[in-house]
Amino acid sequence: MSIKILDDKCTGCTLCLNVCPFAAITMKDKKAVIDLDKCTLCGACLDSCKFKGIEIQRSTNKTPHLEDYKGIWVFAEQKRGIVQPVAFELLGKSRELADKLKTEVTAVFIGHNITDHAKQLIHRGADKVIVVDNPKLEHFLDEPYTKVLVQLVRKYRPAIFLCGATFMGRSLVSRVAVKLHTGLTADCTGLDVDTKEGFLLQTRPAFGGNIMATILSKNHRPQMATVRHKVFKESELDKSRKGEIIEEKIATSLLSSRTKLLDIVEEVTATINIAEANIIVSGGRGMRGPENFALLEELAQVLGGAVGSSRAAVDSGWMPYSHQVGQTGKTVCPKIYIACGISGQIQHLVGMQSSDIIIAINKDASAPIFTVATFGIVGDVFEVVPLLTRKFKEALRR
Amino acid sequence: MNIVVCIKQVPDTTQVKIDPETNTLIREGVDSIINPFDMYAIEEGVRLKERFGGKTTVLTMGPPQAVAALREAIALGCDDAILVSDRAFAGSDTLATGYTLANAIRRIGDFDIILCGKQASDGDTAQVGPGIATQLDIPQITYVKKIEKIEDKTMVAERMTEEGFEIIQTSLPCLITVVKEINEPRLPSLKGKMRAKKAEIAVWKALDIDADEGQLGLGGSPTWVSKIFTPPPRPSGEMFDGDPEEAVTKLVHLLKDRLN
Ligand SMILES: Cc1cc2nc3c(=O)[nH]c(=O)nc-3n(C[C@H](O)[C@H](O)[C@H](O)COP(=O)(O)OP(=O)(O)OC[C@H]3O[C@@H](n4cnc5c(N)ncnc54)[C@H](O)[C@@H]3O)c2cc1C
Ligand SMILES: Nc1ncnc2c1ncn2[C@@H]1O[C@H](COP(=O)(O)O)[C@@H](O)[C@H]1O
Repeated sequence: MSIKILDDKCTGCTLCLNVCPFAAITMKDKKAVIDLDKCTLCGACLDSCKFKGIEIQRSTNKTPHLEDYKGIWVFAEQKRGIVQPVAFELLGKSRELADKLKTEVTAVFIGHNITDHAKQLIHRGADKVIVVDNPKLEHFLDEPYTKVLVQLVRKYRPAIFLCGATFMGRSLVSRVAVKLHTGLTADCTGLDVDTKEGFLLQTRPAFGGNIMATILSKNHRPQMATVRHKVFKESELDKSRKGEIIEEKIATSLLSSRTKLLDIVEEVTATINIAEANIIVSGGRGMRGPENFALLEELAQVLGGAVGSSRAAVDSGWMPYSHQVGQTGKTVCPKIYIACGISGQIQHLVGMQSSDIIIAINKDASAPIFTVATFGIVGDVFEVVPLLTRKFKEALRR
Repeated sequence: MNIVVCIKQVPDTTQVKIDPETNTLIREGVDSIINPFDMYAIEEGVRLKERFGGKTTVLTMGPPQAVAALREAIALGCDDAILVSDRAFAGSDTLATGYTLANAIRRIGDFDIILCGKQASDGDTAQVGPGIATQLDIPQITYVKKIEKIEDKTMVAERMTEEGFEIIQTSLPCLITVVKEINEPRLPSLKGKMRAKKAEIAVWKALDIDADEGQLGLGGSPTWVSKIFTPPPRPSGEMFDGDPEEAVTKLVHLLKDRLN
């Protein structure tokens, strides 16, 4: 397995130098040279070369019977019987991709006493729903859920398998992909298909969002990806849609687990969790104390949003960690993000800079948060936030 | 109690900037650091050893210069360090990385708990931890924010979720991935720094970990990067710096329709 520059094709144009994320390419005698100690074989340079002058020899390992894998699967995550919104977002996108590929969308629905809820997945765009309903599957546990999915994939052979990049999803399908010996791309923010080859084009941020990479699993099936919340629109509800519900029985012996759930503790102060919120009002050190977060709660309530926080506010004990946005907290992608008294250090920005609209309120006009803001208000949060609450209340008549 | 901590050396993403003219990454002067989440894994590994006795081994797969990350981990209290490094590992995706690390851990042999960070800041995949656990066929608890207790070969831990947390019990050996809330990492001690300087660090190659060549590096990686590009810059925003009342009125007017 290795990479080489084809000297007869290299024109010395230097295009590849700039795209290498690892600075592994230099020029010597007007030809590109790759420093193999720095090169990670990521393949970024291949695409940049207009003369096909770079070659990577890849393995020809393949999933056996690759052609038999067809259709798109969506893992329909549920908690206490309630389908999580990210599943509807995935169904929306899958429908679009399936129509391009002229194939079917199947939702996989695992839990207990959930069969009655399966219909809504059809109403949201699935052609089929595979339901596995068993008391042992009432709550998520890595091992039994993994065994169920692996068993189902082996039986039905989907070409594409999508899952929300939630706590459950990322934990679960990481195991599933290893068991199936296939590729898994994490936390995608863009999905498309190559209609000729049937490849799933998986786009995701890397290096803290500084670059984007498009990733393919050409030779392995299913092509698996987790998808970030809120980047795709939920599919519309259409109660007239028809589809098939398949109830799968799984041998109870497969459902054993070495981990056991002892308790579930809900601590999110606002009613909505920030990863799922369309609007987030976030506070930082500029809020000066925990009591002032009530101002943000009020604004969030008027807007129907949730309250987030910078790490400084979490470290000061003003907000629980589950509300922290950023590199060591959660990555969020709401329609509107309102940053109040947050300076906008890079570790915070990487967690929120893909939000549709960013509003920043800071008394320091040179605060870095303004570099990503769609609307910036230079001012005191204690004056501006109550004003926003009042004016939005009037405008929205709430 | 024998602990293995998996750490990754990553570029300090906070220093990575885009050159506005060429639209490419500026890499000069970007330092390598231990992945931020792995600092919490190291601290937890050292605390567990202090509480229960035994040994904490720190493990990384990476280029030769990743040895610096291992020395830092020793300075922070880890006992032993192993660098898994070979050209054959280049181009590994998460499947191949998990495979390689699992093989290295098998060679380490006796372990009770494997600790990983929640995710690495360069790739942010959060897949390698569960990948190692699956390869070794051991249970896992991801996103651990607190270890409540360890006794009789079982562990009870709090696992972070979107809504709060779950309390989960597992048998040992197991693998956990940790979030920031689990502890506050200490600073390296003087004694630790001295030890780190002198420590001999084992370097294992592909041959040393009994690996199937076809599962390593690029050849063992189902996912391929087909394109890398810089995201379109955010359109420049509008600033209001006059009278707050006026600014807020304008803003509310601009946003009102989006909210209904
Ligand atoms: C490894 C690592 C990981 C990290 N991970 C994260 C992370 O996940 N999330 C995160 O947020 N941070 C993270 N950080 C920390 C980050 O670098 C910043 O320290 C942090 O985001 C700062 O929080 P802040 O903006 O609330 O506070 P500050 O930087 O102190 O900013 C406060 C701001 O409030 C403004 N202000 C003060 N009073 C008022 C007022 N009355 N009205 C209006 N504005 C006012 C000030 O002008 C200032 O800009 C991380 C750091 C490291 C090293
Ligand atoms: N090359 C590596 N060597 C050792 N540990 C790693 C490596 N890559 C990832 N890890 C571990 O796996 C965790 C998750 O990484 P990732 O899946 O890349 O986000 C990290 O926090 C590390 O604990």
